[in-house]
Amino acid sequence: MKKHWYDYLWIASLSYLILGFVNILFAWLGLICFFLPLAISIGKGTKGYCNRYCGRGQLFSLLGGKFGLSRKKDVPGWMRSRGFRYGFLIFFFAMFFQMLWTTYLVFSGAQDLKQVVTVLWTFRLPWNWAYHGTLFSPGVAQFAFGFYSVMLTSTLLGLATMVLFKPRSWCVYCPMGTMTQLICRARNGAP
Amino acid sequence: METAKRRARKALVDVRHCVACGCCVKVCPVAAITIYKGQQARIDLARCVGCGRCARECPASVIEIQEVET
Repeated sequence: MKKHWYDYLWIASLSYLILGFVNILFAWLGLICFFLPLAISIGKGTKGYCNRYCGRGQLFSLLGGKFGLSRKKDVPGWMRSRGFRYGFLIFFFAMFFQMLWTTYLVFSGAQDLKQVVTVLWTFRLPWNWAYHGTLFSPGVAQFAFGFYSVMLTSTLLGLATMVLFKPRSWCVYCPMGTMTQLICRARNGAP
Repeated sequence: METAKRRARKALVDVRHCVACGCCVKVCPVAAITIYKGQQARIDLARCVGCGRCARECPASVIEIQEVET
């Protein structure tokens, strides 16, 4: 099959993860992975982002497929149930808003900037070596730390299920995927 | 005389659990799969050759190869 330019977007996803180790402010770029899928689903009513442009999906597909880092077993039934998918979406949203709240507190000066990346919503990893100051408010950096935490956590979860199940099993419970599918259903009506 | 019924292997999707990720579309060698309205995979059975690549790739394991009468 013919390769397209968008089949190489896994390079962008990998670079994003690496750049977070160099300068945390690069984490802001991750907003593309948030707004683009939403824009496509709202504007066109398709999951074009998942279907074509998702670099993370390609990365899992490459690592689990070509590099053989996946057992390639079926995901358990509960994991693909709507209950779990919607539940995970709500949980992810809650954590996301908590992160935005922390950002707001730092912006307003009520809280100090914490140079940590929180993995799996629990483990606080010191990340000061990737912080070289910011020209704007420390809130800008706080958002970067928070957003990178979200991205790293979801990548680690995706890698874990990639190894245990099919390479792209992250796609089954990916909050962005669930959300865009719901938007498509609301927009186009159930088929 | 009994008409000879042909049985062919085709991919069938459990649309209720399909996440519409499009992994199947990418691996289909005959371009028989499309994602319908961002909600589910649809297989053009006239094109499907029943190779099973989509079933193997599907992260939610919602595609099955079954014998159908044509």
